[in-house]
This record gives sequence, structure tokens and C-alpha cells, in this order.
Amino acid sequence: MSDDTILLDHGSGGLASQELISGLFLKHLDSPILKGLEDSAVIDNQAGKLVFTTDSYVVDPLFFPGGDIGKLAVHGTINDLAMRGGRPLCLSLALILEEGMDLADLEKIIVSVAEAAEESGIPIVTGDTKVVPRGKGDKVFINTSGIGVVDDSLSLSSRNGTPGDAVILSGTMGDHGITIMTRRAGIALEGNLRSDTMPLHRLVDTILDHFPDSVRTFRDPTRGGVATTLNEIAAASSLSIVLQEEALPIRAEVRAACEILGLEPLYLANEGKCLAVVDGSKAEEILALMKQRDEGREAVIIGRLEEGKAGRVLINTPIGGSRVITPLHGEPLPRIC
Amino acid sequence: MKYIDEYRDSSLVKPLVEELKKSLTRPVRLMEVCGTHTMAIFRNGIRTILPENMEIVSGPGCPVCVTSASHMDAFIAMAEIPGVRVAIFGDLFRVPGSNGSLANAAARGALVDVVYSPMDALELARNNPDTTVVFLGVGFETTTPGIAATILAAHHENIDNFCVFSTQKVIPGPLEALLQDPELNINALLCPGHVSAIIGAGAYQPFVDQGLACVVAGFEPADLVNGLILLAKQIGSSTPKVENLYPRVVSWEGNKRALAMVDEIFEPADMEWRGLGVIEKSGLAIREKYRKFDAEKRFDITLVPTEEPKGCLCGAILKGQTVPPQCPLFGTRCTPSTPIGPCMVSSEGTCAAYYKYGRDS
Repeated sequence: MSDDTILLDHGSGGLASQELISGLFLKHLDSPILKGLEDSAVIDNQAGKLVFTTDSYVVDPLFFPGGDIGKLAVHGTINDLAMRGGRPLCLSLALILEEGMDLADLEKIIVSVAEAAEESGIPIVTGDTKVVPRGKGDKVFINTSGIGVVDDSLSLSSRNGTPGDAVILSGTMGDHGITIMTRRAGIALEGNLRSDTMPLHRLVDTILDHFPDSVRTFRDPTRGGVATTLNEIAAASSLSIVLQEEALPIRAEVRAACEILGLEPLYLANEGKCLAVVDGSKAEEILALMKQRDEGREAVIIGRLEEGKAGRVLINTPIGGSRVITPLHGEPLPRIC
Repeated sequence: MKYIDEYRDSSLVKPLVEELKKSLTRPVRLMEVCGTHTMAIFRNGIRTILPENMEIVSGPGCPVCVTSASHMDAFIAMAEIPGVRVAIFGDLFRVPGSNGSLANAAARGALVDVVYSPMDALELARNNPDTTVVFLGVGFETTTPGIAATILAAHHENIDNFCVFSTQKVIPGPLEALLQDPELNINALLCPGHVSAIIGAGAYQPFVDQGLACVVAGFEPADLVNGLILLAKQIGSSTPKVENLYPRVVSWEGNKRALAMVDEIFEPADMEWRGLGVIEKSGLAIREKYRKFDAEKRFDITLVPTEEPKGCLCGAILKGQTVPPQCPLFGTRCTPSTPIGPCMVSSEGTCAAYYKYGRDS
């Protein structure tokens, strides 16, 4: 095997592992704590409650318009922390590599992780690498865990919804899901389909700075899409949610791709969007604030929480009818015709 | 988006809803026979704005749903033959046979690829010369020309490791058989949009001769509500005819080139439909000239009669005789995550539509 691929030796813990760590990972990941190469990272004591989350990334293809598995792994975990009102402090990075993986691809991913961490201001402080025999993995799987702190006074939760609350979506739906799906299937659609992957902690921070008492919860509608997340919020709050179909923000190219493939943007994954459930009387002010930031430039109020059947999400259609929005069942599959 | 936004414009469609109410002077019980119509009607909340005395019955218009259990078993058996790689449209993946689905077969190691076009299946064959790629042909007139074109391409390129398991079906004949049932009591047909793009609006003239109002319509809210208005007016004035409300896609004669291509590759054959049984000349088999692309002949497949799942009412639902909430399995044992009948699994199935959109709106 040539020396430009991953070998089982790279996961041995021996010399090859050390070369990979110092020659590739530490070359790009610029964190003094990580560079100490200790068994674990020591984080200075922080005021407030700790938030802690973990997520694994197995996306195929590894690289796609708008991002790659490395960016997703950083942004996804940051966003999970932010959704509970947490200010992220640091991340771990664990890689499971398949024997034979192209080293150049690995380096591209690590560079991307480093850039995402740098841009987000959240360092990678600890990590791990394992190599599995060819055929036992799929090039690379990544796990990131994250720690953050949340103010003692803050308690965001999907259970907090009250009648009259507004649901704000921070931007367009379905960009990530449709990009991955069309790439995976090798469908060459014209137009600029791009993943929306981005970190949302600064947007959340801005909102909480100005309206600490008006936010019930933030949720990031990743797999299962906006439809599934709203069902979870409605169920947790024992309320109904009523959406306005005409308000839903969907990019024209995403809509077109969904029309062709028979998919609904409401069920497609997003990686850089949040749903904010907020006090209805403050919704317009919060919306205006969100629109001042890039992450929330296209934010829209898409619906309201109402008394009604607990856990039901209803959408009012443009013709004056309505339909129920259920959670996602199984992977979205394209239809016959 | 052109051809979409203008047909969804609420300022145009809302007045049509009012017009529909005024146009309905006599009761209309119409059947729609296209899975995409089933979904579009629910998606747009059309059932929630229907005037009293107008009823919509879903017919056998979902191609996955009318695929018999014995065909599903044969598909799964095909996928498990060593050296075979089956290519399918996504809808088929989770449809249960008598012992699991293609999804289960894939989990056991069978090679199952979801493709978006039969041509993608041919590409798989080109790229995997060591396997035989079998495209599982499930669909109506809409998908048949694409499959015919793919077989022709394989023929011209002399690709040997590609074949098609055809369960392709035609719409008009079986529909006519179904409508003979006096209990159905249908007086109008909302004719399918995409099937009609191939066979032409003229194909429904025989139904008019039997006294049925017929309108070919598209899938957007304005198309659908306008279609209902025209059907109500035809019934109101007792002047049944075929009206083509979808001329941006459908002509009177249909797509002659596509029809010629289908005729080159396929010939009429008896076909088993779920819920309807075997209907004479309701399917399409690959002609002898192209037998090397016929998976059934190549692998010597015999269909084994299979019982429908106990308690499942898909058959009656496909015939418009009952509605999903009447089925004892609906929403309890049979859900989109754990489908028992095919009408729940296909995204265009009537049960899936009722479950997804209609349970308590």
C-alpha cells in the first residue's frame, strides 16, 4: 500500500499514530490544550451550569457544496450546545478511519475542522483516532462532543411553549438535505444547491442578550426537518402549532429539486437553521434582531402555538384549506412519478 | 417558479373555491386515479374545502400499491440471487412482501439501489460488469416509455448484464372494469395528468360514452379546484365530455413517439393487480425480440400465489370501496414506519395520504 493512504498502523498507537497526530492533526488544529497531548483536557472552572452534548457524523459524500463532514462535525455540536442557550467552550474530535482512506482527503477534512473551529472561536481540545480494516467502515466517521456553559437563570426547553408564542425559523428550509440527497444519487441538477451548515451560537447569544426572558426554546431542525422538530415541540408543550404555508422560506432551487423528486422541504435536514419559540408579543422585535445577523438574515415567523389538540401541527394552505403535518417516518425516498 | 407559482397563487385560487361552491348543483361522487392527485388533494387541504355533496374517492392510481404481494415476493427473491443487483424507484424499498421488504433484503446483504431513472440502472450495469442489474419495473404509462427507451439503449449498446422485471400496467382497461361495480356509484373521473401526457386525453372518451364526466387535470391547487368546477358543471348540465384542463402537458392524441417506443418493446399481457386480481391485458410484457432483457425469462421466475396480510383492506381501498380509517389496522398496527399494506408505504398511497395529512384535520 502506498504512503498516501491510511494504514492500520495509523491507529496502532505507535510511531505511525504519532506521525499522523503531529504531522497532520496538530499541524492544522491550533489549540494549546490539544497540543499538550495529555489524556484529557482540563477546562478552567466556569460560572453557570454546564451543557454537554455529543454527535456522530457519517455523511456520504464526505465533501459537498457548502461544506464537508469536518465542518458539519464542528457546527453540529456547537449548535446542539447553543440550542439550550449554552455558550460553547470547547469540543472533542474522535475519528474512526477506514484502512485505505486517502490521506489527502483526511487532510482536507482536518483543515476544514480547523477552519470551522477557528471561525466559530471554539477550540478542539482533545481527540482520538482509530483505524478499522478496509470494508469495516466508510472512509471516515467523526464524533464530536462539546461542553458549554449556560446562565443559571436560563432554562430553555421544548416543554416551555405557551399559547400565543410565535415560531421563528432563522432562514430557508431543506438546503442541506436536498444537497446531500442529490449528490448522493449523482443527480446533476442545475442551480446553486448548497448545504447551509453554519454555527448558530452567536445568533443565539445575540437573542438571549436582548431578550433573555422571551425565549421558550431554540431547536435545530436537523434530520427529520422542521416538521419533525415542530411535532416534538408541540408534544412537549402539550399544545398545537399552526403554520402558514405561504410564510415558509424555501429557496427556489430547493423547491424545484423537491418538486422533481417528490420530496417535501419540511422534512429535509438543515444544518445551519434554528427554530425559536418566543413570546408572541416580542416576536417582531426578536425577528428584527435576528435579521441583523447573517445567520438570521432570512428569518421568518412561520406559525404560532395555540390551545388545541396536544402535539398536533397543522398547516394552513394557500387555498384556505389545511392539513396535518406528522413527524417523519423513515428516510425520505423519491417517488416513482 | 414558472408553471408553479401562478397555479398556487392564493389570490387566484381562493375565488375558485367560491366558484366551486356555486357550480355544484347536483351531487358529484368522483374518482381520482392518480397517486399524485391523491397526495396533491390532501397536501393542499382540498378535502377540507369541499362543498357538501361533492365526494372524492381514491382509485387504483398508486403503482406501488397495486403491485401484487406475489410480485413483491418475486422482487425480493430476485434481489437475493447471488450476482444480481436490483435497481428500483424509491417507493418500492419498504413495501412488505410475505416475508419482509427489499429494505430487509438489503440489510441481509442483497444489493438494492434506489435510482431516479431506468437509465441510471443501465449506468449501474455499465459500471458493474460482474453483476446483472435487474430494474424492477413498477408503474403506469408514465414510466413505461422511459423503461422502453432504456431497453432500446441496452439493445443498441449490446449490454448483456441488464434486464427488466416488468410489472408495468395500463390504466384505462382496469379502470373500466372497476367502474362496472354498481356499488361504486361514481359519476365523474378526475383523469390522471402524467399518464394522460402519454396516452392523450382522448383515451377517456369511452368513459364519457358510459355517462361519466371526465376532466384531465394537473396537480397544482388551481388545476385541481378548476377540475372540480368543470366536473360539477358537467354533472349539473348532464353533458358529460372529456375536458383537458392540462394542455400545458397533455394533448388529445398523447405522445405518439413515446407510444411507438413502448409498442416496439412491450406487448399487452395479463397482469395481477393487488386487490383487483388478474386483469386481462392490463399489463405489459417484453416482446420476444427483446427477451434477453426480460428478467422473468432470464431467471425463470414463477410467481407463487401469496395471501394478502390478514385484516388489511388495501384491496377494497384501491377499488374505492372503503376508506383507510375503516381498516382495523389503520394507524394502529399499520403506520408508515410499520406498513402492513402497500397503500401505507408508498408516498402516493391512499392510506399514507390519510395517515399523513388527513387523520384529524
